[in-house]
Amino acid sequence: MNIVEKILARASGLSAVSPGDYVTAQIDMAMMPDAFRLLSSILAKAGIREDAFRIWDPEKFVVILDHRVPPFSVAVAENQKISREFARKLQVKYFYDVFPGISHQVMVEKGHVRPGELIVGADSHTTTYGALNAAGTGIGASEMAYVIQTGELWFRVPETIKFEITGSLPDFVSSKDIILYVAGKYGTDIAQYKAIEWRGSVIDAMSIDARLTMGNMSVELGAKFGLFRADDKTVEYVKARTEQEFQPADSDPDAAYAEQYVIDGTTVEPQVAFPHNVGNVKSVTAAKGIKIDQAVIASCCHGRMEDLQIAARILKGKSVHPGVRFYVAPASWEVYTEAIEKGIISQLVEAGVMIGNPSCGFCTGYQGVLAEGETCVAATPRNFKGRMGSPAAGIYLASAATVAASALTGKITDPREVA
Amino acid sequence: MAVVTGRARRFGDNIDTDTITPGAVLHLPVEELKKHTFEPILPGFFKTVQAGDIIVGGNNFGCGSSREQATAVVKELGIDYIVCESMARIYFRNCIALGVYPVLAKGASGLFSEGETIEIDLDRGEVKNVETGKSASFKPLSGTLKEILDGGGILPTLKKITERG
Repeated sequence: MNIVEKILARASGLSAVSPGDYVTAQIDMAMMPDAFRLLSSILAKAGIREDAFRIWDPEKFVVILDHRVPPFSVAVAENQKISREFARKLQVKYFYDVFPGISHQVMVEKGHVRPGELIVGADSHTTTYGALNAAGTGIGASEMAYVIQTGELWFRVPETIKFEITGSLPDFVSSKDIILYVAGKYGTDIAQYKAIEWRGSVIDAMSIDARLTMGNMSVELGAKFGLFRADDKTVEYVKARTEQEFQPADSDPDAAYAEQYVIDGTTVEPQVAFPHNVGNVKSVTAAKGIKIDQAVIASCCHGRMEDLQIAARILKGKSVHPGVRFYVAPASWEVYTEAIEKGIISQLVEAGVMIGNPSCGFCTGYQGVLAEGETCVAATPRNFKGRMGSPAAGIYLASAATVAASALTGKITDPREVA
Repeated sequence: MAVVTGRARRFGDNIDTDTITPGAVLHLPVEELKKHTFEPILPGFFKTVQAGDIIVGGNNFGCGSSREQATAVVKELGIDYIVCESMARIYFRNCIALGVYPVLAKGASGLFSEGETIEIDLDRGEVKNVETGKSASFKPLSGTLKEILDGGGILPTLKKITERG
């Protein structure tokens, strides 16, 4: 069996599963971000009494308010109040209010994600956890209500696509460029209903930060799971954050794959996804010179130490172009604190960057909103029409290095040319 | 009901959840939110909807976020069927969970123009353009998924479980 088959078989109490099987699996962890506020109204609408509704296992359910932080309207503030009150009523043990940061980053930092586990989140980017060898996937709020009460959910065992990234990455080319390259070459539905296993020497050499970016964006390829093998880096990262035992899952030598692709990482250049689709990808050369109004490094996809460090390195001793608003938001307060301690934040601020608080806001149009006709280059996972504000604005997705380089020149720029 | 008919409402490929339910209005209750359905590409769509309309999309319908409001607004507008070439998986799950029947029929999207009458045979697995007679086939839902859908979605199932205690 491959990684996802092993995880789903174990979670379903079966010795083996095959693609196409429908199983009922026990959930190891469940997470809800802001969507938690929908829960009480969902229950009310369905005629389910709140006092009959309880969390199947308080150790396994986490709520993290992250999308609209801090609240920008009375309606949002009221919704957060609903979440807090309902969390108290349900006695949610792991309730993280607006403080610790973006849910997916907080989940991995606080040790709620362990190799070999099956995790559902009421957010599509739950695939992020694949970076730690956990099968994480997104579900809607009503299905989450079902999980919270019963601790189980139906799954179709997916086929798996293996992407092997060989060689090594050139300087200033990152995991973001790899995933954009795959989206451009194979399309954003290449992994529809399927799992991906990311393998090869490039993946082995990647930091956990870099893998989290790829696990995160696996959903942009349609994937149900975006899985990585657990290596020493994974085990060390997780062990530093939890006492809980875990059992990584790895593919057998004879594991079956629906499709296999090999990409030579050595030949990958910085990539840019043009508006308004993640698959509308060209090499940075084709995007060079496009004038930008805004640059962003933020979100559950980026905003980690490695992203902030490369931005600081590129901006060192220089200034953000006067025509550009450059927003950088650390993904969590843990990242934020570390970046302060390492002097990264002051370097960014001195260069003219505006630091935002950890939240989903810059990616989802709640902060740093774009006006009609404006252009933004963003280290975020999505560039859908209207996502950051006006539907008549354009979002170009790129790596943190390309975004920082572009913020310096005021136009989309190959990071290798300014470094 | 084994055969349903409705008016085809045509959409293209990669219709994402931000397009169906824009993030800026997502905090609104579904009764209000439905007025913004497809707003970035078709402002005022909700005014043109008749209960029983059927969405006909292309590839990767509903890609993007897990916000189930993007399925809830469709249901709220009285649309019970979405015919498409393929559907993003979370959107597919949300359809089952909320009681919207996803009809994944290869070759179906090209058979319809906006407003034409579509007929879906849920037993035989066929979608047909009533005007042209052209059709495409699909695999009808079965097993657990069909049970959930026939039961009105996942919440009625959950209600039974909570009432059992």
